[in-house]
Amino acid sequence: MRALLLRDLRIATRAGGGFGLGLAFFLIVVVLVPFGVGAETATLRLIAPGILWVGALLAALLTLDRLFALDWEDGSLALIATSPAPLEGVALLKALAHWLTTGLPLTLAAPLLGVLLNLAPEAYPWLVASLLVGTPALSVIGTFGAALTVGLRRGGLLLSLLVLPLYVPTLIFGAEAVRRGADGGATALALMGGITLGALALLPFAAAAALRVNLR
Amino acid sequence: MLRVRDLTVARGGLAVLEGLTFAVAPGEALVLSGPNGVGKTTLLRTLAGLQPPLAGEIEATGQAAYASHADGVKGQLTVAENLRFWAGIYGTRLTDDVLAAFALADLADRPARTLSAGQLRRTGLARLALTGRPLWLLDEPTVSLDAESVALFAGQVRRHLATGGAAVIASHIDIGLDALRLDLRAYVATETATGRDEAFL
Repeated sequence: MRALLLRDLRIATRAGGGFGLGLAFFLIVVVLVPFGVGAETATLRLIAPGILWVGALLAALLTLDRLFALDWEDGSLALIATSPAPLEGVALLKALAHWLTTGLPLTLAAPLLGVLLNLAPEAYPWLVASLLVGTPALSVIGTFGAALTVGLRRGGLLLSLLVLPLYVPTLIFGAEAVRRGADGGATALALMGGITLGALALLPFAAAAALRVNLR
Repeated sequence: MLRVRDLTVARGGLAVLEGLTFAVAPGEALVLSGPNGVGKTTLLRTLAGLQPPLAGEIEATGQAAYASHADGVKGQLTVAENLRFWAGIYGTRLTDDVLAAFALADLADRPARTLSAGQLRRTGLARLALTGRPLWLLDEPTVSLDAESVALFAGQVRRHLATGGAAVIASHIDIGLDALRLDLRAYVATETATGRDEAFL
């Protein structure tokens, strides 16, 4: 099973693997916002938590469609399904690999981008904490969506439509935690943690079931 | 090793082969033949457990290693990295013997995307030796292999059989194995609408 994680990380970091794509996208989105909204620092400070979270969400979505699609195309998904590796574990590891290559870099880069949006100084720890707690949910929910749409033509488009609504609770609590900070942010953070844990516990099974149906 | 009784396999909910009964003992190989679309791949996928049979039973005493049309080789990784991945999945180790057996020793450090179709196929087939599983299910294993590689591969299958393994092979060409033969044309299902969604509408 460790072999699968190592392989996915290795492929992600090789040429054309897509590592850094999400991160660059996040950067561009956040840089573009002040151009669109205007350089009014008070306005930017107000919308910064929301923009950072929406940006992270879209960046996470960007690399999701490759999660199973590449293994599907070259036939390794069917071969993995007939191997001793349980598909539930495969789904969880795929989510972990996605988080390590997308969620974690986004979390680490977010404080730097907060400066561009004039994020309130006291909100920085909350931004990092909320992304750290919330991005695993984005990866796991996305893995489930990718498992559902694997093998479909233009599956990436359908994937976005399926997954984005499921991201709503994480987005609400995540942005709220950053906005409120010490004043009630902990509650939002705890609720988001609950969503993440629930997703981690249930969705690998759902993803594996979807993969089995799609592999038939 | 493998016993199949009155098996009906389906593609897209429609039965393609029915009434299949056969057995493969350790040390034996079974070659499936029949024209394109007769259901060789469907049968192998069913035996591999990727899809459920429509009827009948499959009894296997050993676990199966499945080799599909696609090799499952990642172009970004080298040959050795690809094979080490599969060895890791199956809990075995990649040895120089395996590389040598499939004439891959010189290619071990080449990125797989630079390989020719035949070399890719050999990499895909080398995976079988790493599974350590007794039953090989091979779907057109010789596609894009040259005569020399076919002989090399046939030798590997023979070695596998000699060590108590078994194989079910779907192939158009005779790879020179002393094998049982099963012509699937005799089992083509008569057109039925069983399991077809339209039947319920």
